[in-house]
Amino acid sequence: MNVGLLLPIARVFAILSLVSIGGVNAVLPEIRRQVVDVQGWMNDATFANLFAISHVAPGPNIIMVSLIGFQLAGLAGLLIATLAIMLPSCWLAFIAGRVVTRWSDQRWIRLLKEGLVPVALGLILASGISMMRTADQDPPAIAISLATAAVVVFSRRNPLWALAAGTCAYVVALRFGLLYHP
Amino acid sequence: MNTSGGQQKLEEVLSRTVSKRELFFGFLKIGLLGFGGVAPWARHVIIEERRWLTEKEFAEILGIGQILPGPNTMNAAVMIGDRFQGVSGVLLCLLGQMAMPLVIVTSLAVVYERFAAVAEVKAAVTGAAAGLVMGTALKMARNIKLTPLALLVGSIAFVAIGVLAWPLVAVVSVLVPLSVAAAALERRA
Repeated sequence: MNVGLLLPIARVFAILSLVSIGGVNAVLPEIRRQVVDVQGWMNDATFANLFAISHVAPGPNIIMVSLIGFQLAGLAGLLIATLAIMLPSCWLAFIAGRVVTRWSDQRWIRLLKEGLVPVALGLILASGISMMRTADQDPPAIAISLATAAVVVFSRRNPLWALAAGTCAYVVALRFGLLYHP
Repeated sequence: MNTSGGQQKLEEVLSRTVSKRELFFGFLKIGLLGFGGVAPWARHVIIEERRWLTEKEFAEILGIGQILPGPNTMNAAVMIGDRFQGVSGVLLCLLGQMAMPLVIVTSLAVVYERFAAVAEVKAAVTGAAAGLVMGTALKMARNIKLTPLALLVGSIAFVAIGVLAWPLVAVVSVLVPLSVAAAALERRA
């Protein structure tokens, strides 16, 4: 285990945490630049592998950062990287949540909350479209994504059914050569 | 605060108390199922399955989480934990949300060499999860019954980021003030 790496890991990801407006996907290019170009911790191929693995696992996409820490310094690296990417932003969210609750009887806070709702929904929809782009752009792939979306909108069933069916359809389409292998 | 106490109570009629245990296991489930994005599962567990919050309350918390640094769902976990159980609620929500994904991702990394299908599975899960994320946004927009101006703001946010790929911070800094002004104009608060 490389103890000397723990401090730089903490510093790099704590700073990234503070600027990661829009989540980890928004700072992904900067993460790659820091990890590959600036610090020279790994090459592009390893980075791409870690990216792929973290996207097969469930959970918040910051687990990609945890995985980078794991790759660099084992379990200690995993712990330090995870805490570094989480603490600063979670601390801000905690303060912001308290402020909003404390002044929730103020009209400007209520207006701010009202105003943020449509922006957030538009951005979530946009993130779905970007995910669809990174997956594949063939008509069958797009059809599967859209069908999954329709099931979620029109059914109250557990979305696991939609996710499982969509994933199976996708794998079948890949196997039968309807989609290019990514 | 006393003078507004009555109104605040009224606003919170729909809300309920959620125990520490419920918070931890709820977020454990959200983390475990959150393939391709946590938001659809957070919404499913918190609104449809356990009814901790109304659709509107959840959307507002996600909205605040969106303009802060960090994943919006992680910021939402912080605010939801604090709302129901204070600081220990925050820690339990975060621990619950991260526990299973961390175990799974490290296990995957260890067996990666023998797991040649990873690119194929990634494409498949991402494709399906993209639908899940889009469907969730549309479902929330429908259930909240956005006003015409709010719908316009949401569509502009979608086109600017999703279609034109403009920089997020710039889009948000312009759209949020406009959206607040629209809310004031339509007397939504």
